Amino acid sequence: MAEQQLSFEKPITELKNKINELKAFTEEKGIDLSGEIEKLEGRLEQLEKDIYGNLNPWERVQIARHSKRPTTLDYIDRIFTNFIEFHGDRLYGEDKAIVGGIGKFEGKPVTVIGHQRGKDTKENIKRNFGMPHPEGYRKALRLMKQADKFNRPIICFIDTKGADPGIESEERGQSEAIARNLLEMSGLRVPILCIVIGEGGSGGALALGVGDKIFMLENSTYSVISPEGAAALLWKDSSLAKRAAETMKITAPDLLELGLIDEMIPEVRGGAHRNVDKQATEIKKMIGISLDELGKIPNETLVLKRYEKFKKIGEINHVNDAIVMK
Amino acid sequence: MIRDIFSKKKKYATIPSEQAKQEVPEGLMTKCPKCKTILYTKELKKINMVCEGCSHHHSITAYERIGLTLDEGSFVEFDQDMIAKDPLNFPSYLEKSKLDREKTNLNEAVVTGEGTIYSIPTVIGVMDSRFRMGSMGSVVGEKIARAIERAIEGEKPFILFSASGGARMQEGVFSLMQMAKTSAALNQLHENGQLFISIMTHPTTGGVSASFASLGDINLAEPGALIGFAGRRIIEQTIRQKLPDDFQTAEFLLEHGQLDKVVSRHEMKETLGNILEIHYPHFQTREGI
Repeated sequence: MAEQQLSFEKPITELKNKINELKAFTEEKGIDLSGEIEKLEGRLEQLEKDIYGNLNPWERVQIARHSKRPTTLDYIDRIFTNFIEFHGDRLYGEDKAIVGGIGKFEGKPVTVIGHQRGKDTKENIKRNFGMPHPEGYRKALRLMKQADKFNRPIICFIDTKGADPGIESEERGQSEAIARNLLEMSGLRVPILCIVIGEGGSGGALALGVGDKIFMLENSTYSVISPEGAAALLWKDSSLAKRAAETMKITAPDLLELGLIDEMIPEVRGGAHRNVDKQATEIKKMIGISLDELGKIPNETLVLKRYEKFKKIGEINHVNDAIVMK
Repeated sequence: MIRDIFSKKKKYATIPSEQAKQEVPEGLMTKCPKCKTILYTKELKKINMVCEGCSHHHSITAYERIGLTLDEGSFVEFDQDMIAKDPLNFPSYLEKSKLDREKTNLNEAVVTGEGTIYSIPTVIGVMDSRFRMGSMGSVVGEKIARAIERAIEGEKPFILFSASGGARMQEGVFSLMQMAKTSAALNQLHENGQLFISIMTHPTTGGVSASFASLGDINLAEPGALIGFAGRRIIEQTIRQKLPDDFQTAEFLLEHGQLDKVVSRHEMKETLGNILEIHYPHFQTREGI
């Protein structure tokens, strides 16, 4: 099976092919090349460290968009037990771009909600490429309110290019659906964890993102507009997306540095798709620590702290500061 | 006693002179983009910048809006000195903000404060689309959240006129998070039992429409205003067909159940006064309608 290869991974792939060739040669001809192979494997190790340890923002964007990147359901399977998916917003329909339901995390009841992409064209069409309609957000809100009623923590997986841009979404109030979630999530009395696992695209991502803790996988992104969109607006040229990805500060390390997220969850070398089980374990660890921590905070305090958390986000100058600066 | 508080504020009422200073040189005549009628700007201002021929609602400045909405001399501004910072070191962002400050005589894309409407005290926010397209960055988010907090403290209603292209790209995720901040503040206002009236004016789109603008207890809009989540071009590209002309207008939203009412600018103050009177009867001092 040919795996999607990213351009910056080319040297790694080439070296891997070389090693495989030598191995095949050893078997076929019975000539011992193990010394040579060992040397190359050492070089591969170093090369992987160099390349994956120094990813630039655009390379991270490519990993975040990798066709094999694990999705919400991949993680739900590995992190929670007894999971039952629930459907529908009770108002209009069922949106497959958002999945949600209840289950157990280390024996304790939780509600889990997340954007759901597909991994191939057929599944992507079914899931609308992970871009929810208003009914998706309203389903999510319904499940969150249910969690609030039964005092279950909520775990949200964020993974969308953005909310669906289409006629029907506008007709059914995409803006209102997103806005309502922002308002309601800020007032829920149960712990809310938000984990960006792929792309966190704008309001469509934030609609599942008003939580007590915001985490990002190392190679995920969170942005107000896609790099392509930003480049088109700023420089009238969407091919400058690479530059936009750097300027816009959309990667986990950048956002951690800016204090906009709480933690960065380390990724398996080369990206989460390389070892989904191992990646799930990392996420699980973080969920465990956070739920313990938040579980000790009384419900009312939780709401207040969440408000304060978002209230303090923003960078502001005053007219007088500006004069002093000059 | 209450009267004293209001009369004291009169010295802050700089609205008419300010707008006169900055607006006159811009153009003696204004052409209506809809029916192409050309009118003296001065005459147009007398009729609230609403075209006589076709009722097209021209954009107005934040201070003009305040002048049309609040009782004369009642406005006191909050946080006027806040200006944009540049958290991402975004190329030419501060220069552009500075140019907009000079062009508009505003420090940012929203003006907040308090005043009275038919003597009923209210906290108010008015966005101005001339400043960076009315986009919401940290300052806009913070000013709105603070205004909401003042409404909570003073047990007053909150009225907000939106006019914005959405989140401010140059502040990246800081902008995005202002959507959460303002919405969370509104949740506090709701918990406190105060009224929020959102009035969407042209344009109210993107991150602003997907946060506070859609969260009114009562959502109003001006006729013909463009209101929507996704940009028209993006939708057309996605669905590969042309959209109808009235798509994402105030009337379109009303038809689809997204608005309580479309209100002409001429009737806006009266309508707000009526709604306030029903919610805050203890403040009622107006002499009937």
